[in-house]
Amino acid sequence: MEAVEFIPKLVGAGLVVIGAGIGIGRIGGSAMEAIARQPEATNKIQTAMLIAAALIEGIGFAALFAV
Amino acid sequence: MHRLLRFLLVLALLTPGAVMAEDHQGGHEEEHGAHGHGHEAGKELTPEEQRAVNKEFVIHHTKDSYDFGIFSDESTGAHYGFPLPVILWDDGLHVFLSSAFHHGEEVVESNGNHYMLNYHGDGKIYKCDAEGHILEETTVDEETGEVSVAQLAPLDFSITKNVFVSILMCVLLFFVFRGVAKSYKSGLAPSGSAKFFEPIIVFVRDEIARPNIGEKHYKKYMPYLLTVFFFIWFLNLAGMTPLGINVTGNIAFTAALAILTYLITTFTAKKDYWMHIVWMPGVPVPMKIILFPIELLGTIIKPFALMIRLYANMLAGHIVLGMLLVTVFYFGAVAAKGAFIGLTFFLNIIELLVALLQAYIFTMLSALYFGSASEEHDHDHAHAH
Amino acid sequence: MEKLWNEFSVGLFFWQTLLFLALLFLLRKFAWKPILNAVNEREQKISDSINQAEKAQQELEALKAQNEDLLKEARAERDAMIKDAKATASKMVEDAKTQAKEEGAKLLASARESINAEKAAAITELKTQVASFSIEIAEKVVRGELSSADKQKALADKLVDDINMN
Repeated sequence: MEAVEFIPKLVGAGLVVIGAGIGIGRIGGSAMEAIARQPEATNKIQTAMLIAAALIEGIGFAALFAV
Repeated sequence: MHRLLRFLLVLALLTPGAVMAEDHQGGHEEEHGAHGHGHEAGKELTPEEQRAVNKEFVIHHTKDSYDFGIFSDESTGAHYGFPLPVILWDDGLHVFLSSAFHHGEEVVESNGNHYMLNYHGDGKIYKCDAEGHILEETTVDEETGEVSVAQLAPLDFSITKNVFVSILMCVLLFFVFRGVAKSYKSGLAPSGSAKFFEPIIVFVRDEIARPNIGEKHYKKYMPYLLTVFFFIWFLNLAGMTPLGINVTGNIAFTAALAILTYLITTFTAKKDYWMHIVWMPGVPVPMKIILFPIELLGTIIKPFALMIRLYANMLAGHIVLGMLLVTVFYFGAVAAKGAFIGLTFFLNIIELLVALLQAYIFTMLSALYFGSASEEHDHDHAHAH
Repeated sequence: MEKLWNEFSVGLFFWQTLLFLALLFLLRKFAWKPILNAVNEREQKISDSINQAEKAQQELEALKAQNEDLLKEARAERDAMIKDAKATASKMVEDAKTQAKEEGAKLLASARESINAEKAAAITELKTQVASFSIEIAEKVVRGELSSADKQKALADKLVDDINMN
């Protein structure tokens, strides 16, 4: 593949991955806070966190494979 | 959960042995491969070439193959392992052992057709002539006049390494869980392996199926969820062994499971599910029209994401581990080697967690989709706000 | 995306689908159904036993309460009986006392009566005897004094006066 053609795709994928990373980080951080606030709801929060993180992760992978 | 933790701990403690074995094997191939190439060219490899060799080595180990290779010595060209049957459909059935290819070095003649294994390329079987030239089919597009060349490949139903490992795992799963089922005949209290597996089965039921599907419908999805969970988990764990197995990091495997999830979702869906796609309740009419294609696309994107997620996670895990192991042989210093072995060990433990986590997430999201399909609720009530 | 499609192997897909469906079918029949049934049965049993235990506990409590009631009743009865007995006893004592008093009073009265009667009799007898003594004395005195007529008369007057003073 031509480098000129390749660079925008890589940059786009990189941006998506950065976005996904920030998103997953925020989810994790918020989940930690939520668990600290309500330790008795740990299981539910973890489940919701994993689902949300997995969905964002899927977008990140989609970006990687679109390159 | 304590039992589970204990099990994981034991596995993690067993991993160093596996790591040693793995990098030993990798090392042989790597070093001898590098030296072999060097001798052929008569000079040391440049860093770029070395990198390319490393990359090919790692990627090769994440791919499916036609034989079960355990160990290979590239200085002598000897491969240790056992061949698996190759089954091709090309105007008739062609069955022979993969050892006939001699790792891509020989052309196989079967019922008048010639086949070769593109060992150093994409690793697939192509149709060729007796001299080993891949047959090509040239088609000319009548409208545009464009000429496209396609390499002829037979339909390939071979029992590859991935299929072989999957069969082994199916047998293992069957006997393990039939044993668990049998142990309940002597009494209702779990005994033997049931002590370990019962909490996990109950976890799948109480933490995955019940909350996501609902008390009313969860029972009919339980067999699928349990099977998918344990199948993925066991295959992920098989991928942690130093045998270079990578079933769950193969797109065909994840596609098969994701398509099954999609089919089950679609065929068990109740009226409400279709209502939400075709005519979303509770939103204005123009919005309904816009939402229809988005929702329809969503039904396909969901299992697609399921497929990509498992594939990419497991493949990435294998590639990272492989790259770290290759790096061990990059350095001459013992301290650096030790550090990278330690890092690999650490990542191995993380991969153990990921093996369980990915099985959990796949099952969890499948349950979520089943739940949305079998959900029945009062629209006026649910969408009034 | 192209790379994904290149890596996709139709044969592997076919085998994986077949294997998974076979596994699903076999495990459903030979593993999941019996396991889930056993787990459900056990959970049912456990919840039943817990319910039963609770019921038994409640029954026990009810029995205890009943026992308590019975005990209370018995205690009350006993108390009542003791009270009755005490009352009866005190009444008996009281009766006995009054009877005794009455008897005593009667006895006293009859004693007094008899004493009075005796006294009266004694006085009468004394009187009679005094009279007879007086007569005897008078006879003797009269015999001595009646030697003269004056003396006789004077003495008789004096004697009569003395008797009246008694």
